[in-house]
Amino acid sequence: MDELEAIKVTFFQECEELLADLEGGLLAMQDGNDDGDTVNAVFRAVHSIKGGAGAFGLEPLVRFAHVFETLLDALRSNEIPSTPDLTAVLLRASDVLADHVSAARGLGTVDMAASAAMAAELKIWTDPNAAPAPAAAAPVETSQYVDAAPIVIGADDDGMDDDDLGFDFQPMTISLDAQAEDAAVLEDNVWTVSIRPKSDLYRKANETALLLRELSRLGPVQATLDDSALPALEFLDPEAAYVTWSVRLETEQGEEAIREVFEFVDGDCDLEITRGEAPVADVLASLLNVAAPAPEPETAFETASAPETALIEAPVEALAPVVEAAAPAPVTAPAPAAPPVAANAPAAPAAKPAQIDVPGPGQSVIRVDPERIDHLIDLVGELVINQAMLAQRVGEYGIAPSSNLAMGLDELEQLTRQIQDSVMAIRAQPVKSVFQRMPRLVREVANMTGKQARLVMDGENTEVDKTVIERLADPITHMLRNAIDHGLESPEERKAAGKNPEGVVRLAALHRSGRIVIEVQDDGKGINRERVLSIAVKKGLISPDLTLTDEEIDNLIFLPGFSTADKISDVSGRGVGMDVVKRSVQALGGRISITSRPGLGSTFTLSLPLTLAVLDGMVVDVAGETLVIPLACIVESLRPKAEEIRPLGPTGSVLAVRDSFVPLIDVGLTLNYRTTSPPATDGVVLLVEGEDGSRAALVADAIHGQRQVVIKSLEQNYQQVEGVAAATILGDGRVALILDVDAVINLRRRGPPLPSDPTLIAAE
Amino acid sequence: MNEPTHIASKETRELISFRVGEQEYCVDIMAVREIRGWSPATTLPQSPAYMRGVINLRGAVLPIMDLACRIGMQTTEPNVRSVFIVVQAGDRTVGLLVDAVSDILSITDEMCQPTPDIACENVRHFVRGIISIEGRMISEISLDRLLPEREALAA
Repeated sequence: MDELEAIKVTFFQECEELLADLEGGLLAMQDGNDDGDTVNAVFRAVHSIKGGAGAFGLEPLVRFAHVFETLLDALRSNEIPSTPDLTAVLLRASDVLADHVSAARGLGTVDMAASAAMAAELKIWTDPNAAPAPAAAAPVETSQYVDAAPIVIGADDDGMDDDDLGFDFQPMTISLDAQAEDAAVLEDNVWTVSIRPKSDLYRKANETALLLRELSRLGPVQATLDDSALPALEFLDPEAAYVTWSVRLETEQGEEAIREVFEFVDGDCDLEITRGEAPVADVLASLLNVAAPAPEPETAFETASAPETALIEAPVEALAPVVEAAAPAPVTAPAPAAPPVAANAPAAPAAKPAQIDVPGPGQSVIRVDPERIDHLIDLVGELVINQAMLAQRVGEYGIAPSSNLAMGLDELEQLTRQIQDSVMAIRAQPVKSVFQRMPRLVREVANMTGKQARLVMDGENTEVDKTVIERLADPITHMLRNAIDHGLESPEERKAAGKNPEGVVRLAALHRSGRIVIEVQDDGKGINRERVLSIAVKKGLISPDLTLTDEEIDNLIFLPGFSTADKISDVSGRGVGMDVVKRSVQALGGRISITSRPGLGSTFTLSLPLTLAVLDGMVVDVAGETLVIPLACIVESLRPKAEEIRPLGPTGSVLAVRDSFVPLIDVGLTLNYRTTSPPATDGVVLLVEGEDGSRAALVADAIHGQRQVVIKSLEQNYQQVEGVAAATILGDGRVALILDVDAVINLRRRGPPLPSDPTLIAAE
Repeated sequence: MNEPTHIASKETRELISFRVGEQEYCVDIMAVREIRGWSPATTLPQSPAYMRGVINLRGAVLPIMDLACRIGMQTTEPNVRSVFIVVQAGDRTVGLLVDAVSDILSITDEMCQPTPDIACENVRHFVRGIISIEGRMISEISLDRLLPEREALAA
């Protein structure tokens, strides 16, 4: 059971990748890239999902995937042209498929009605092409196909029995009852093919299912398995062949075409092709005759020799994949014999549904338990620290840099760096995997809110640690929803404002200051500050006599219980959105903020640490403590002259840097390392830039130099500390703290604290 | 170290006892990872007085807590005999700065008495029970209460 569960987990992991591939492919098609490779990749993705789902008996998923796949198969064999309309439908179908996968996984439910509607819509695309099928049975099958399908897809959950075997909408039936429908078929076009494989056939890795599938390309087939020659288990020779197939085939093509199917198994099976319908009893009788000599006379075979005329359930089920794979048959039927290679491709995985192939030709992927990588990363971190310690000790002994020892150490350092980079690269992943889910979200939210939105994505290849990636999806989802629901105007409003009715939402990822920054920008109306302010006052979230800057008003939307939507929509407006996002982001050591320009739109900026990444930092001395300041924040370092420092207000002072004045912040004072700051002229000033672009001049006592450090979490054994981003271990083996530059700037920022920040109010 | 002073009857537990000021305390030996000599810690800003800072314990950042200060007594002045006991408290590992380690005790539950109802809030909060052995009184520390709740900073 556990093993099966484990396989299932793998399957769902693969589904995620496959769904991403699917959507990626469809989006590429949308952009006009509809070459064979893309379409094939899209088909493979759906096909693999179906195959795997079949192995786990995930019925609704299999059914929907099947319909989807049928259409894609028609598309890739160029039976229907690729059009933007079709791609749009396929994209929506991929959304439904994703829902099915989630539902099968136990996460969420599928809107069965929507799924059925989608399935019906998909079928309409293949349907017109099925019409020219010349067989008289076609009209009957077609009507059945359209009428019955939604019921099958939507309502039937209870089992495989009848519907599944026939997949109703398919023009092939394998139950005998269906014969009546086919009465119109000309006797001349009915063939009876009896196939009795010899063991050699299997030895050469041939497979009857493939043969049957090929036959089905010629026309509707009914296959009957005679397994009466099958011995009891204890007498069974696993390598021997015991069964015989009897196939009733309707085709306009002649005997030659049928023989061609068996070209590759010539001599490896007994083949009888007769025109006309052989009554089932006759077929079985003839089969029994053939089979009779096979069993050894001394073995007890009473049961086997009894003429069992019943059509056994099991073999029919075994046929199911064959029938499934043959679904596009009505489409291909008019074409003179489909190329066998193309036919084989989908059949092979269908016959072995348990084997899931990962698409991406030439790409092999190793799945590794993340814990092993974590452990490796820890060890390499140790190695780096150790190497640094070693280098420092050697330096203390005054060994000449040209000596063998020193040179060897230099090489060691190089190697250590390389190992570290490689190990980090293993766990780093592009944010693409998260971004890929967003186009769907935008489509859905835009549909729901009646807005037109186009998503532009940037920096999808920005890499970030896997642990961070997993935490990105929720905040991005919220920010995008918010941007469309609250940010963008309705198409009419946009037109009135002289804008393109289609709004643009930009989702971008970038590295900045050793963090990953995600920006969600819309070109909507911007935040209505008056309304935000009045609502915040009305709801008692802020006191009415507070004077707030524009930026502070914008950030009021992060207050718990704040919601500006006039009506509560499905999408947002329950007021649980942004404050929850803010809290979850903060729990990760991240920050979120919003800037807005009236009439031009708003930008959400989310920044998260790159957890286990190494960091290039400046090592400085502050009040006897060693601190690391992320190099990415540092604009320049300088030694201030007395005339450049100007007092401002009772305690503050600013530094004149060229023509601008930058607030001076004594790091030691801010972090409570000391209570009085020494004159800034005694120290070194590091001009830093925060995430919001604000500048500050941090005063430190001395600079030790630049170093790459391994980030160690403080939260693991303790908790987050304000003003400190993380810790690291220096060459002397001591812990040094990495400064959180933004927090330090905020801590010393004068004036009213941000009202969205109750603790700050309390602290001051 | 003395020999275990109590013959193991049923349900014995082993505790490590140590000195904090003039008092004796102990923790369950199963929670103790190691005992190390004092080394200077890196001060953590914006932290309570009982947090002595962090040290490097084989690559991990280990917070050091002044146990005396935590339970409301005087701040410990570390000297050469000071040690810290590395203990597992929940999912966190923390070092407890104490004056000296005394010995290992084997006790049974009947030797353990509930904490006397004294006014001191800290004692009631951090002391699980009191063990009386050979006329000594040793208080068992409740480890899961030592570290503050992890709180996300609203900054």
